[in-house]
Amino acid sequence: MSMSNETAAPKRPSGFWSYANPVKFLGLTERVLPALWLLSGLSLVVGLIWGFFFTPDDFRQGSTVKIIYLHVPSALMAINAWFMMLVASLIWLIRRHHVSVLAAKAAAPVGVAMTLIALFTGAVWGQPMWGTWWAWDPRLTSFLILFLFYLGYMALWAAIEDPDTAADLTSVLCLVGSVFAVLSRYAVNFWNQGLHQGASLSLDKEENVADVFYFPLLVCIAGFVLLFFALVLYRTGTEIRLRRARALLAREARA
Amino acid sequence: MTALLTRDLALAIRAGGGFGLGLAFFLIVTVMVPFAVGPVPELLARIAPGVLWLGALLACLLSLDRLLALDWEDGTLDLLATSPLPLEAALSIKALAHWITTGLPLVLISPVLGVLMNLPGPGFVWLVVSLALGTPALSVIGTFGAALTVGVKRGGLLMSLLVLPLYVPTLIFGAEVARRGAQGMDPTTPLLMLAGITAGVVALMPLASAAALRVNLR
Amino acid sequence: MMPDLGKYADAVLSAYGVSILLLVALVLLTIVQGRRARRALIAIEKRSRNDG
Repeated sequence: MSMSNETAAPKRPSGFWSYANPVKFLGLTERVLPALWLLSGLSLVVGLIWGFFFTPDDFRQGSTVKIIYLHVPSALMAINAWFMMLVASLIWLIRRHHVSVLAAKAAAPVGVAMTLIALFTGAVWGQPMWGTWWAWDPRLTSFLILFLFYLGYMALWAAIEDPDTAADLTSVLCLVGSVFAVLSRYAVNFWNQGLHQGASLSLDKEENVADVFYFPLLVCIAGFVLLFFALVLYRTGTEIRLRRARALLAREARA
Repeated sequence: MTALLTRDLALAIRAGGGFGLGLAFFLIVTVMVPFAVGPVPELLARIAPGVLWLGALLACLLSLDRLLALDWEDGTLDLLATSPLPLEAALSIKALAHWITTGLPLVLISPVLGVLMNLPGPGFVWLVVSLALGTPALSVIGTFGAALTVGVKRGGLLMSLLVLPLYVPTLIFGAEVARRGAQGMDPTTPLLMLAGITAGVVALMPLASAAALRVNLR
Repeated sequence: MMPDLGKYADAVLSAYGVSILLLVALVLLTIVQGRRARRALIAIEKRSRNDG
Protein backbone atom coordinates (compact mmCIF):
# COMPACT_ATOMS: atom_id res chain seq x y z
CA MET A 1 0.00 0.00 0.00
CA SER A 2 2.00 2.94 -1.19
CA MET A 3 0.91 6.34 -0.05
CA SER A 4 2.15 8.43 -2.88
CA ASN A 5 0.80 11.57 -1.28
CA GLU A 6 3.23 11.49 1.57
CA THR A 7 6.29 11.02 -0.58
CA ALA A 8 5.26 13.41 -3.31
CA ALA A 9 3.89 16.28 -1.28
CA PRO A 10 5.64 17.62 1.79
CA LYS A 11 2.35 18.96 3.12
CA ARG A 12 -0.27 16.43 4.15
CA PRO A 13 -3.34 16.77 1.97
CA SER A 14 -6.44 17.97 3.74
CA GLY A 15 -10.16 17.85 3.05
CA PHE A 16 -11.65 15.33 0.66
CA TRP A 17 -8.38 14.05 -0.79
CA SER A 18 -7.00 13.15 2.62
CA TYR A 19 -9.31 10.13 2.54
CA ALA A 20 -7.18 8.77 -0.27
CA ASN A 21 -4.96 7.69 2.61
CA PRO A 22 -6.15 4.12 3.29
CA VAL A 23 -5.68 4.37 7.05
CA LYS A 24 -7.74 7.54 7.23
CA PHE A 25 -10.30 6.01 4.90
CA LEU A 26 -10.69 2.98 7.14
CA GLY A 27 -11.06 5.23 10.16
CA LEU A 28 -13.77 7.22 8.46
CA THR A 29 -15.72 4.17 7.31
CA GLU A 30 -15.57 2.64 10.79
CA ARG A 31 -17.29 5.75 12.11
CA VAL A 32 -19.80 6.25 9.29
CA LEU A 33 -20.76 2.69 8.42
CA PRO A 34 -22.98 1.78 11.41
CA ALA A 35 -25.18 4.81 10.78
CA LEU A 36 -25.23 4.10 7.06
CA TRP A 37 -26.27 0.46 7.51
CA LEU A 38 -28.97 1.52 9.96
CA LEU A 39 -30.36 4.28 7.76
CA SER A 40 -30.37 2.20 4.60
CA GLY A 41 -32.01 -0.73 6.35
CA LEU A 42 -34.58 1.55 7.92
CA SER A 43 -35.54 3.32 4.70
CA LEU A 44 -35.65 0.05 2.77
CA VAL A 45 -37.93 -1.57 5.33
CA VAL A 46 -40.16 1.50 5.61
CA GLY A 47 -40.25 2.13 1.86
CA LEU A 48 -40.91 -1.46 0.85
CA ILE A 49 -43.53 -2.09 3.55
CA TRP A 50 -45.22 1.20 2.72
CA GLY A 51 -45.16 0.33 -0.96
CA PHE A 52 -46.21 -3.28 -0.58
CA PHE A 53 -48.94 -3.00 2.05
CA PHE A 54 -50.23 0.56 2.04
CA THR A 55 -50.45 1.69 -1.55
CA PRO A 56 -53.48 1.14 -3.78
CA ASP A 57 -53.43 -0.84 -7.00
CA ASP A 58 -53.09 1.01 -10.25
CA PHE A 59 -56.33 1.03 -12.21
CA ARG A 60 -54.61 -0.30 -15.32
CA GLN A 61 -51.68 -2.30 -14.00
CA GLY A 62 -53.38 -3.79 -10.96
CA SER A 63 -51.11 -4.92 -8.17
CA THR A 64 -48.07 -5.22 -10.45
CA VAL A 65 -47.48 -1.52 -9.89
CA LYS A 66 -45.96 -2.55 -6.55
CA ILE A 67 -42.95 -3.89 -8.45
CA ILE A 68 -42.00 -0.29 -9.16
CA TYR A 69 -40.55 0.04 -5.64
CA LEU A 70 -37.86 -2.47 -6.55
CA HIS A 71 -37.55 -1.99 -10.27
CA VAL A 72 -36.93 1.73 -10.49
CA PRO A 73 -34.43 2.07 -7.61
CA SER A 74 -32.40 -0.95 -8.71
CA ALA A 75 -32.31 0.22 -12.32
CA LEU A 76 -31.21 3.64 -11.14
CA MET A 77 -28.40 2.17 -9.05
CA ALA A 78 -27.36 -0.22 -11.81
CA ILE A 79 -26.50 2.74 -14.02
CA ASN A 80 -25.14 4.97 -11.27
CA ALA A 81 -22.88 2.23 -9.97
CA TRP A 82 -21.19 2.09 -13.37
CA PHE A 83 -20.98 5.87 -13.40
CA MET A 84 -19.36 5.84 -9.97
CA MET A 85 -16.88 3.23 -11.21
CA LEU A 86 -16.07 5.48 -14.15
CA VAL A 87 -15.36 8.46 -11.88
CA ALA A 88 -13.31 6.34 -9.48
CA SER A 89 -11.31 4.85 -12.36
CA LEU A 90 -10.58 8.31 -13.70
CA ILE A 91 -9.40 9.47 -10.27
CA TRP A 92 -7.10 6.46 -10.13
CA LEU A 93 -5.69 7.07 -13.60
CA ILE A 94 -5.10 10.77 -12.92
CA ARG A 95 -4.18 10.97 -9.23
CA ARG A 96 -3.10 7.38 -8.51
CA HIS A 97 -5.09 6.97 -5.32
CA HIS A 98 -5.36 3.28 -4.54
CA VAL A 99 -8.51 3.70 -2.48
CA SER A 100 -10.27 5.09 -5.53
CA VAL A 101 -9.67 2.15 -7.81
CA LEU A 102 -10.45 -0.29 -5.01
CA ALA A 103 -13.77 1.47 -4.55
CA ALA A 104 -14.46 0.93 -8.26
CA LYS A 105 -13.60 -2.74 -7.86
CA ALA A 106 -15.83 -2.96 -4.80
CA ALA A 107 -18.77 -1.36 -6.60
CA ALA A 108 -18.86 -3.79 -9.54
CA PRO A 109 -20.53 -6.76 -7.80
CA VAL A 110 -23.07 -4.39 -6.26
CA GLY A 111 -23.81 -3.04 -9.72
CA VAL A 112 -24.22 -6.57 -11.03
CA ALA A 113 -26.73 -7.39 -8.29
CA MET A 114 -28.67 -4.20 -9.03
CA THR A 115 -28.73 -5.00 -12.75
CA LEU A 116 -29.96 -8.51 -12.01
CA ILE A 117 -32.73 -7.19 -9.77
CA ALA A 118 -33.75 -4.64 -12.39
CA LEU A 119 -33.79 -7.30 -15.12
CA PHE A 120 -35.66 -9.84 -13.04
CA THR A 121 -38.31 -7.46 -11.71
CA GLY A 122 -38.66 -6.10 -15.23
CA ALA A 123 -39.26 -9.59 -16.58
CA VAL A 124 -41.93 -10.55 -14.06
CA TRP A 125 -43.56 -7.15 -14.56
CA GLY A 126 -43.40 -7.45 -18.31
CA GLN A 127 -45.01 -10.87 -18.35
CA PRO A 128 -48.51 -9.80 -17.23
CA MET A 129 -48.33 -6.29 -18.76
CA TRP A 130 -46.88 -7.00 -22.17
CA GLY A 131 -47.55 -10.73 -22.34
CA THR A 132 -43.87 -11.59 -22.54
CA TRP A 133 -40.96 -12.10 -20.15
CA TRP A 134 -38.53 -10.46 -22.42
CA ALA A 135 -38.78 -8.05 -25.31
CA TRP A 136 -35.90 -6.58 -27.26
CA ASP A 137 -36.99 -3.18 -26.17
CA PRO A 138 -34.15 -0.61 -26.24
CA ARG A 139 -34.09 -0.16 -22.47
CA LEU A 140 -34.12 -3.86 -21.70
CA THR A 141 -31.45 -4.53 -24.27
CA SER A 142 -29.25 -1.74 -22.95
CA PHE A 143 -29.44 -3.23 -19.47
CA LEU A 144 -28.44 -6.60 -20.76
CA ILE A 145 -25.43 -5.02 -22.47
CA LEU A 146 -24.58 -3.17 -19.25
CA PHE A 147 -24.68 -6.52 -17.47
CA LEU A 148 -22.14 -7.89 -19.96
CA PHE A 149 -19.88 -4.90 -19.35
CA TYR A 150 -19.98 -5.55 -15.60
CA LEU A 151 -19.07 -9.19 -16.18
CA GLY A 152 -16.15 -8.26 -18.42
CA TYR A 153 -14.86 -5.71 -15.91
CA MET A 154 -14.96 -8.21 -13.05
CA ALA A 155 -13.44 -10.99 -15.15
CA LEU A 156 -10.50 -8.74 -16.05
CA TRP A 157 -9.91 -7.93 -12.36
CA ALA A 158 -9.97 -11.62 -11.54
CA ALA A 159 -7.63 -12.61 -14.35
CA ILE A 160 -4.65 -10.35 -13.62
CA GLU A 161 -2.23 -11.15 -10.83
CA ASP A 162 -0.41 -7.89 -10.26
CA PRO A 163 -2.73 -5.48 -8.41
CA ASP A 164 -1.51 -2.26 -10.01
CA THR A 165 -1.57 -3.71 -13.52
CA ALA A 166 -5.10 -4.97 -12.88
CA ALA A 167 -6.10 -1.55 -11.56
CA ASP A 168 -4.76 0.25 -14.64
CA LEU A 169 -6.20 -2.17 -17.16
CA THR A 170 -9.64 -2.34 -15.58
CA SER A 171 -9.72 1.46 -15.38
CA VAL A 172 -8.92 1.77 -19.07
CA LEU A 173 -11.57 -0.85 -19.81
CA CYS A 174 -14.08 1.06 -17.68
CA LEU A 175 -13.40 4.26 -19.65
CA VAL A 176 -13.61 2.60 -23.05
CA GLY A 177 -16.58 0.53 -21.92
CA SER A 178 -18.44 3.67 -20.86
CA VAL A 179 -18.05 5.18 -24.32
CA PHE A 180 -19.24 1.97 -25.95
CA ALA A 181 -22.10 1.59 -23.49
CA VAL A 182 -23.40 5.00 -24.55
CA LEU A 183 -22.81 4.15 -28.21
CA SER A 184 -24.68 0.89 -27.76
CA ARG A 185 -27.57 2.71 -26.15
CA TYR A 186 -27.99 4.86 -29.25
CA ALA A 187 -27.38 1.98 -31.60
CA VAL A 188 -30.00 -0.12 -29.81
CA ASN A 189 -32.52 2.72 -29.96
CA PHE A 190 -31.96 2.98 -33.67
CA TRP A 191 -32.06 -0.77 -34.20
CA ASN A 192 -35.37 -1.30 -32.50
CA GLN A 193 -37.02 1.57 -34.31
CA GLY A 194 -35.89 -0.27 -37.40
CA LEU A 195 -38.04 -3.22 -36.30
CA HIS A 196 -41.19 -1.72 -34.81
CA GLN A 197 -42.40 1.66 -35.90
CA GLY A 198 -43.24 3.63 -32.80
CA ALA A 199 -42.65 2.26 -29.34
CA SER A 200 -45.63 0.21 -28.26
CA LEU A 201 -43.81 -0.79 -25.09
CA SER A 202 -43.22 2.57 -23.53
CA LEU A 203 -41.61 2.36 -20.11
CA ASP A 204 -41.91 6.04 -19.24
CA LYS A 205 -43.48 5.67 -15.87
CA GLU A 206 -42.31 8.82 -14.19
CA GLU A 207 -44.83 10.98 -16.00
CA ASN A 208 -47.90 9.17 -14.81
CA VAL A 209 -46.79 8.20 -11.33
CA ALA A 210 -49.24 9.62 -8.83
CA ASP A 211 -48.25 10.90 -5.41
CA VAL A 212 -49.49 7.75 -3.63
CA PHE A 213 -46.85 5.80 -5.48
CA TYR A 214 -44.29 8.59 -5.64
CA PHE A 215 -43.47 9.07 -1.94
CA PRO A 216 -42.85 5.43 -1.01
CA LEU A 217 -40.85 5.19 -4.22
CA LEU A 218 -38.67 8.07 -3.06
CA VAL A 219 -38.06 6.33 0.26
CA CYS A 220 -37.09 3.14 -1.57
CA ILE A 221 -34.73 5.02 -3.84
CA ALA A 222 -33.11 6.60 -0.79
CA GLY A 223 -32.80 3.14 0.74
CA PHE A 224 -31.11 1.71 -2.35
CA VAL A 225 -28.73 4.66 -2.61
CA LEU A 226 -27.76 4.38 1.07
CA LEU A 227 -27.38 0.62 0.79
CA PHE A 228 -25.14 1.10 -2.22
CA PHE A 229 -22.90 3.50 -0.31
CA ALA A 230 -22.78 1.25 2.74
CA LEU A 231 -21.89 -1.78 0.63
CA VAL A 232 -19.27 0.05 -1.41
CA LEU A 233 -17.58 1.62 1.64
CA TYR A 234 -17.54 -1.70 3.46
CA ARG A 235 -16.29 -3.62 0.44
CA THR A 236 -13.61 -1.00 -0.23
CA GLY A 237 -12.39 -1.53 3.32
CA THR A 238 -12.26 -5.25 2.64
CA GLU A 239 -10.24 -4.69 -0.52
CA ILE A 240 -7.83 -2.41 1.35
CA ARG A 241 -7.26 -5.04 4.03
CA LEU A 242 -6.77 -7.78 1.44
CA ARG A 243 -4.25 -5.61 -0.39
CA ARG A 244 -2.38 -4.86 2.82
CA ALA A 245 -2.35 -8.52 3.87
CA ARG A 246 -0.94 -9.38 0.47
CA ALA A 247 1.78 -6.76 0.76
CA LEU A 248 2.77 -7.99 4.23
CA LEU A 249 2.89 -11.59 3.03
CA ALA A 250 5.08 -10.57 0.14
CA ARG A 251 7.43 -8.78 2.55
CA GLU A 252 7.55 -11.89 4.76
CA ALA A 253 8.38 -14.04 1.78
CA ARG A 254 11.26 -11.74 0.89
CA ALA A 255 12.66 -11.59 4.42
CA MET B 1 6.14 1.52 -40.61
CA THR B 2 5.92 -0.26 -43.93
CA ALA B 3 8.59 -2.61 -42.66
CA LEU B 4 6.40 -3.53 -39.71
CA LEU B 5 3.41 -3.99 -41.97
CA THR B 6 5.23 -6.23 -44.44
CA ARG B 7 6.73 -8.20 -41.57
CA ASP B 8 3.33 -8.81 -39.99
CA LEU B 9 1.81 -9.73 -43.32
CA ALA B 10 4.64 -12.10 -44.16
CA LEU B 11 4.37 -13.78 -40.76
CA ALA B 12 0.62 -14.17 -41.10
CA ILE B 13 0.88 -15.69 -44.55
CA ARG B 14 3.73 -18.00 -43.62
CA ALA B 15 2.00 -19.23 -40.47
CA GLY B 16 -1.19 -19.67 -42.43
CA GLY B 17 -3.26 -18.87 -39.36
CA GLY B 18 -4.84 -15.60 -40.40
CA PHE B 19 -5.88 -16.17 -43.98
CA GLY B 20 -6.92 -19.78 -44.01
CA LEU B 21 -8.46 -20.38 -40.62
CA GLY B 22 -10.59 -17.25 -40.46
CA LEU B 23 -12.06 -17.94 -43.88
CA ALA B 24 -12.63 -21.61 -43.12
CA PHE B 25 -14.38 -20.64 -39.89
CA PHE B 26 -16.62 -18.15 -41.69
CA LEU B 27 -17.49 -20.81 -44.26
CA ILE B 28 -18.28 -23.50 -41.73
CA VAL B 29 -20.43 -21.25 -39.54
CA THR B 30 -22.46 -20.24 -42.57
CA VAL B 31 -22.83 -23.84 -43.64
CA MET B 32 -24.03 -24.86 -40.19
CA VAL B 33 -26.84 -22.30 -40.12
CA PRO B 34 -29.20 -24.05 -42.58
CA PHE B 35 -28.67 -27.29 -40.63
CA ALA B 36 -29.79 -25.47 -37.50
CA VAL B 37 -32.77 -23.52 -38.81
CA GLY B 38 -33.89 -25.63 -41.76
CA PRO B 39 -33.38 -25.24 -45.51
CA VAL B 40 -36.39 -22.98 -46.22
CA PRO B 41 -35.17 -20.44 -48.83
CA GLU B 42 -37.40 -17.58 -47.61
CA LEU B 43 -36.23 -17.97 -44.03
CA LEU B 44 -32.58 -18.13 -45.07
CA ALA B 45 -32.98 -15.05 -47.25
CA ARG B 46 -34.47 -13.20 -44.30
CA ILE B 47 -31.74 -14.02 -41.84
CA ALA B 48 -28.84 -14.05 -44.33
CA PRO B 49 -27.52 -10.50 -43.68
CA GLY B 50 -27.46 -10.99 -39.92
CA VAL B 51 -25.97 -14.47 -40.06
CA LEU B 52 -23.24 -13.42 -42.47
CA TRP B 53 -22.36 -10.42 -40.32
CA LEU B 54 -22.27 -12.53 -37.18
CA GLY B 55 -20.12 -15.14 -38.89
CA ALA B 56 -17.66 -12.54 -40.12
CA LEU B 57 -17.55 -10.98 -36.65
CA LEU B 58 -16.80 -14.30 -34.95
CA ALA B 59 -14.16 -15.16 -37.54
CA CYS B 60 -12.54 -11.80 -36.79
CA LEU B 61 -12.72 -12.43 -33.04
CA LEU B 62 -11.15 -15.87 -33.26
CA SER B 63 -8.00 -14.64 -34.94
CA LEU B 64 -7.43 -11.86 -32.41
CA ASP B 65 -5.43 -13.78 -29.85
CA ARG B 66 -2.65 -14.29 -32.41
CA LEU B 67 -2.52 -10.56 -33.01
CA LEU B 68 -0.17 -9.71 -30.15
CA ALA B 69 0.45 -12.98 -28.31
CA LEU B 70 3.34 -14.19 -30.50
CA ASP B 71 5.10 -10.84 -30.43
CA TRP B 72 4.59 -10.72 -26.68
CA GLU B 73 6.24 -14.08 -26.17
CA ASP B 74 9.33 -13.43 -28.27
CA GLY B 75 9.84 -9.90 -26.96
CA THR B 76 9.06 -8.05 -30.20
CA LEU B 77 6.57 -5.90 -28.34
CA ASP B 78 9.25 -4.67 -25.95
CA LEU B 79 11.34 -3.66 -28.93
CA LEU B 80 8.38 -1.90 -30.50
CA ALA B 81 7.72 -0.02 -27.28
CA THR B 82 11.27 1.32 -27.17
CA SER B 83 11.47 2.11 -30.89
CA PRO B 84 11.02 5.71 -32.10
CA LEU B 85 7.70 4.73 -33.66
CA PRO B 86 4.88 5.64 -31.23
CA LEU B 87 3.15 2.60 -29.82
CA GLU B 88 -0.17 3.99 -31.03
CA ALA B 89 1.10 3.92 -34.61
CA ALA B 90 2.60 0.47 -34.20
CA LEU B 91 -0.71 -0.88 -32.94
CA SER B 92 -2.60 0.80 -35.77
CA ILE B 93 -0.27 -0.94 -38.21
CA LYS B 94 -0.84 -4.24 -36.46
CA ALA B 95 -4.58 -3.71 -36.66
CA LEU B 96 -4.22 -2.92 -40.35
CA ALA B 97 -2.23 -6.09 -40.89
CA HIS B 98 -4.93 -8.02 -39.05
CA TRP B 99 -7.58 -6.46 -41.24
CA ILE B 100 -5.69 -7.26 -44.46
CA THR B 101 -5.17 -10.88 -43.45
CA THR B 102 -8.58 -11.45 -41.84
CA GLY B 103 -11.14 -8.74 -42.58
CA LEU B 104 -10.41 -8.26 -46.27
CA PRO B 105 -10.64 -11.96 -47.19
CA LEU B 106 -13.90 -12.16 -45.27
CA VAL B 107 -15.28 -9.23 -47.27
CA LEU B 108 -14.18 -10.81 -50.53
CA ILE B 109 -15.64 -14.22 -49.82
CA SER B 110 -18.92 -12.94 -48.35
CA PRO B 111 -20.81 -12.79 -51.73
CA VAL B 112 -20.11 -16.48 -52.25
CA LEU B 113 -21.52 -17.30 -48.85
CA GLY B 114 -24.40 -14.95 -49.66
CA VAL B 115 -25.32 -17.30 -52.51
CA LEU B 116 -25.31 -20.21 -50.09
CA MET B 117 -27.61 -18.27 -47.78
CA ASN B 118 -30.00 -17.34 -50.60
CA LEU B 119 -29.31 -13.63 -50.08
CA PRO B 120 -31.68 -11.50 -52.22
CA GLY B 121 -30.12 -9.84 -55.29
CA PRO B 122 -29.78 -6.22 -54.16
CA GLY B 123 -28.28 -7.37 -50.86
CA PHE B 124 -24.92 -8.42 -52.27
CA VAL B 125 -23.59 -4.95 -52.91
CA TRP B 126 -24.65 -3.71 -49.49
CA LEU B 127 -23.33 -6.77 -47.71
CA VAL B 128 -19.90 -6.23 -49.23
CA VAL B 129 -20.01 -2.49 -48.62
CA SER B 130 -21.07 -2.85 -45.00
CA LEU B 131 -18.47 -5.51 -44.28
CA ALA B 132 -15.76 -3.51 -46.01
CA LEU B 133 -16.67 -0.51 -43.89
CA GLY B 134 -17.26 -2.40 -40.63
CA THR B 135 -14.47 -4.98 -40.43
CA PRO B 136 -11.73 -2.33 -39.93
CA ALA B 137 -13.58 -1.27 -36.77
CA LEU B 138 -13.68 -4.91 -35.66
CA SER B 139 -9.92 -5.23 -36.12
CA VAL B 140 -9.15 -2.01 -34.26
CA ILE B 141 -11.48 -2.77 -31.35
CA GLY B 142 -10.06 -6.29 -31.27
CA THR B 143 -6.55 -4.88 -30.99
CA PHE B 144 -7.67 -3.12 -27.82
CA GLY B 145 -8.98 -6.39 -26.43
CA ALA B 146 -5.74 -8.14 -27.35
CA ALA B 147 -3.69 -5.38 -25.71
CA LEU B 148 -5.72 -5.68 -22.50
CA THR B 149 -5.37 -9.43 -22.21
CA VAL B 150 -1.93 -10.01 -23.68
CA GLY B 151 -0.43 -10.66 -20.24
CA VAL B 152 -3.08 -13.17 -19.25
CA LYS B 153 -2.31 -16.82 -19.85
CA ARG B 154 -5.04 -18.50 -21.89
CA GLY B 155 -6.71 -15.12 -22.26
CA GLY B 156 -8.75 -16.05 -25.33
CA LEU B 157 -12.02 -16.62 -23.55
CA LEU B 158 -11.58 -13.54 -21.39
CA MET B 159 -10.87 -11.50 -24.49
CA SER B 160 -14.10 -12.69 -26.12
CA LEU B 161 -16.01 -11.60 -23.03
CA LEU B 162 -14.37 -8.15 -23.17
CA VAL B 163 -14.48 -7.61 -26.92
CA LEU B 164 -17.95 -8.86 -27.83
CA PRO B 165 -19.87 -6.15 -25.93
CA LEU B 166 -17.65 -3.57 -27.63
CA TYR B 167 -18.68 -5.03 -31.00
CA VAL B 168 -22.38 -4.36 -30.38
CA PRO B 169 -22.70 -0.93 -32.08
CA THR B 170 -20.69 -2.02 -35.12
CA LEU B 171 -22.72 -5.19 -35.48
CA ILE B 172 -26.03 -3.39 -35.14
CA PHE B 173 -25.31 -0.78 -37.79
CA GLY B 174 -23.42 -3.12 -40.10
CA ALA B 175 -26.10 -5.79 -40.11
CA GLU B 176 -28.76 -3.11 -40.48
CA VAL B 177 -27.09 -1.82 -43.65
CA ALA B 178 -26.98 -5.31 -45.10
CA ARG B 179 -30.56 -6.05 -44.07
CA ARG B 180 -31.99 -2.85 -45.49
CA GLY B 181 -30.00 -3.40 -48.66
CA ALA B 182 -31.34 -6.93 -48.99
CA GLN B 183 -34.91 -5.76 -48.47
CA GLY B 184 -34.55 -3.01 -51.04
CA MET B 185 -34.77 -0.19 -48.48
CA ASP B 186 -32.54 2.84 -48.28
CA PRO B 187 -29.48 1.98 -46.14
CA THR B 188 -27.99 5.48 -46.05
CA THR B 189 -28.57 6.27 -42.35
CA PRO B 190 -27.04 3.12 -40.83
CA LEU B 191 -24.29 3.31 -43.43
CA LEU B 192 -23.34 6.78 -42.22
CA MET B 193 -23.51 5.61 -38.60
CA LEU B 194 -21.27 2.64 -39.41
CA ALA B 195 -18.81 4.92 -41.21
CA GLY B 196 -18.85 7.25 -38.20
CA ILE B 197 -18.12 4.43 -35.78
CA THR B 198 -15.30 3.09 -37.93
CA ALA B 199 -13.76 6.54 -38.33
CA GLY B 200 -14.01 7.33 -34.63
CA VAL B 201 -12.69 3.95 -33.57
CA VAL B 202 -9.77 4.00 -36.01
CA ALA B 203 -8.84 7.48 -34.80
CA LEU B 204 -9.22 7.03 -31.04
CA MET B 205 -9.00 3.35 -30.17
CA PRO B 206 -5.21 3.05 -30.74
CA LEU B 207 -4.75 5.51 -27.86
CA ALA B 208 -6.55 3.16 -25.49
CA SER B 209 -4.83 0.09 -26.95
CA ALA B 210 -1.41 1.66 -26.53
CA ALA B 211 -2.23 2.73 -22.97
CA ALA B 212 -3.26 -0.83 -22.12
CA LEU B 213 -0.21 -2.33 -23.79
CA ARG B 214 2.15 0.06 -21.98
CA VAL B 215 0.67 -1.07 -18.66
CA ASN B 216 1.24 -4.68 -19.65
CA LEU B 217 4.81 -4.02 -20.76
CA ARG B 218 5.83 -2.26 -17.54
CA MET C 1 -52.91 -7.55 6.79
CA MET C 2 -51.87 -9.12 3.50
CA PRO C 3 -53.03 -6.96 0.62
CA ASP C 4 -55.12 -8.54 -2.12
CA LEU C 5 -52.77 -8.87 -5.05
CA GLY C 6 -55.39 -10.28 -7.36
CA LYS C 7 -54.32 -12.29 -10.35
CA TYR C 8 -50.85 -10.75 -10.37
CA ALA C 9 -49.87 -12.20 -6.99
CA ASP C 10 -47.27 -14.50 -8.55
CA ALA C 11 -45.52 -11.69 -10.35
CA VAL C 12 -45.45 -9.30 -7.42
CA LEU C 13 -44.46 -11.88 -4.82
CA SER C 14 -41.71 -13.40 -6.93
CA ALA C 15 -40.33 -9.94 -7.73
CA TYR C 16 -40.17 -9.07 -4.04
CA GLY C 17 -38.91 -12.50 -3.02
CA VAL C 18 -36.09 -12.73 -5.52
CA SER C 19 -35.02 -9.11 -5.09
CA ILE C 20 -34.90 -9.29 -1.32
CA LEU C 21 -33.10 -12.61 -1.53
CA LEU C 22 -30.49 -11.12 -3.85
CA LEU C 23 -30.01 -8.08 -1.62
CA VAL C 24 -29.67 -10.17 1.51
CA ALA C 25 -27.25 -12.53 -0.22
CA LEU C 26 -25.16 -9.58 -1.39
CA VAL C 27 -25.02 -8.06 2.10
CA LEU C 28 -24.19 -11.40 3.74
CA LEU C 29 -21.49 -12.17 1.19
CA THR C 30 -20.02 -8.71 1.65
CA ILE C 31 -19.91 -9.07 5.42
CA VAL C 32 -18.50 -12.60 5.37
CA GLN C 33 -15.73 -11.54 2.99
CA GLY C 34 -15.07 -8.46 5.07
CA ARG C 35 -14.81 -10.42 8.33
CA ARG C 36 -12.48 -12.95 6.73
CA ALA C 37 -10.19 -10.23 5.35
CA ARG C 38 -10.13 -8.47 8.73
CA ARG C 39 -9.21 -11.67 10.59
CA ALA C 40 -6.53 -12.58 8.06
CA LEU C 41 -4.96 -9.14 8.25
CA ILE C 42 -4.92 -9.11 12.04
CA ALA C 43 -3.22 -12.52 12.09
CA ILE C 44 -0.58 -11.45 9.61
CA GLU C 45 0.08 -8.16 11.34
CA LYS C 46 0.53 -9.88 14.68
CA ARG C 47 2.93 -12.37 13.14
CA SER C 48 5.03 -9.74 11.39
CA ARG C 49 5.16 -7.65 14.56
CA ASN C 50 6.47 -10.64 16.52
CA ASP C 51 9.07 -11.28 13.85
CA GLY C 52 10.26 -7.72 13.61
